[in-house]
Amino acid sequence: MTDTIDIIDHLAGIQPETKTATLRDRRPVTREHAQKSWLALFAPAETSEVSLAERFAIATFAASLHAEPQTTAFYAEKLAGSDNGAVLLSTIATLAELSRAEGPYGNYPAGPLSPENAAGPVLAIGEADRAVLGTKLAAGLEHVHLLVFRPRDASPTALQKLLSAGWSTTGIVTLSQLVSFLAFQIRVVAGLKTLAAA
Amino acid sequence: MTDTILEPAIENPPVVFTQDHIGWTAWLQPLAEEDLSDRHYEALVDKARAKSSYFALLARDPDILQARTKTDNDIFYNTKDGLPRAERELSATAASRLNGCILCASVHSRFASQHSKRPEDVQKLLDEGVSADLGERWNAIVAASVALSATPPVFGTVHVERLRKAGLTDEEISDLIHSASFFNWANRLMLSLGEPTPAAAA
Repeated sequence: MTDTIDIIDHLAGIQPETKTATLRDRRPVTREHAQKSWLALFAPAETSEVSLAERFAIATFAASLHAEPQTTAFYAEKLAGSDNGAVLLSTIATLAELSRAEGPYGNYPAGPLSPENAAGPVLAIGEADRAVLGTKLAAGLEHVHLLVFRPRDASPTALQKLLSAGWSTTGIVTLSQLVSFLAFQIRVVAGLKTLAAA
Repeated sequence: MTDTILEPAIENPPVVFTQDHIGWTAWLQPLAEEDLSDRHYEALVDKARAKSSYFALLARDPDILQARTKTDNDIFYNTKDGLPRAERELSATAASRLNGCILCASVHSRFASQHSKRPEDVQKLLDEGVSADLGERWNAIVAASVALSATPPVFGTVHVERLRKAGLTDEEISDLIHSASFFNWANRLMLSLGEPTPAAAA
């Protein structure tokens, strides 16, 4: 899927020989490894812990929670081409629409930072959507919402929910990398687009 | 083997932002050193990281760990030109302060202090938060890093213009974008896979 495009150039609409392309070219190692990070997650050598369809479902949801239509459309197209993808896509798109928020919010460990605690929505996927998504993916998407909007609310309990829903330890590492990497990719794309236009 | 959560009992956990040398402990089982293959060591990039429970946990998915680490190292250590290291670390500290990553903020505030020789201003950012007054150039860098770190990001033309007015070139602004964006990756891993532990008693 991925051998011809540079994903950040593609998502940010960066054309060769432009000012922004030149800015990226002066950091070839960053360019190379941002691309390799994306390939490691979306063209992985190993899919036994997290399937490709699950990766694209997670990415579609994470991008949509960031209200980034172009990035969302990119991953949604990949999801739609996966097994059961069209059904998953429809559920995930609606779920994202309904669960968007503005982050970061969440709680600090009890102490002097407690006055900075900020409340915000916590995603709990209902029975009907859970039936479509399956137990594992539903739990995964709840964790995506936590990581996107309220990472400081993370807890052993949140990870236990993932284990109980069928995620392995290694699968949780990959899930966490997927969402965290996308938080990076989406911001680099948004930042470079803004810089190019300013 | 059934996978399980680790719930370490931590006495006096860090509950404020600090430049102290605090630690971190994982909530999931890291790979044991004796189980690390050549592939894992390659993914760790720096072999000493096998001793770190954070990196030994991330080594469970070696391909993304290796690419992540090489991205990280170039964004922060490739300083032959562009944004000074101190201000890349300031950007990382601002993102970590906003997201609430006490461990990330401790490491990168120390780097910011060391490279800028302005430990009091760095401490002010930790103590007062991202609206602390640090002088216009640093205020502009913190504001831009915070705008990028909001979800969804709200980094706009106004931030770019403020940075340019404060004396940053577009090359330096690009470095800032990468530094703040990278910490939105790092903060989420560090916050969600374990928790900070206190500094060793002096």
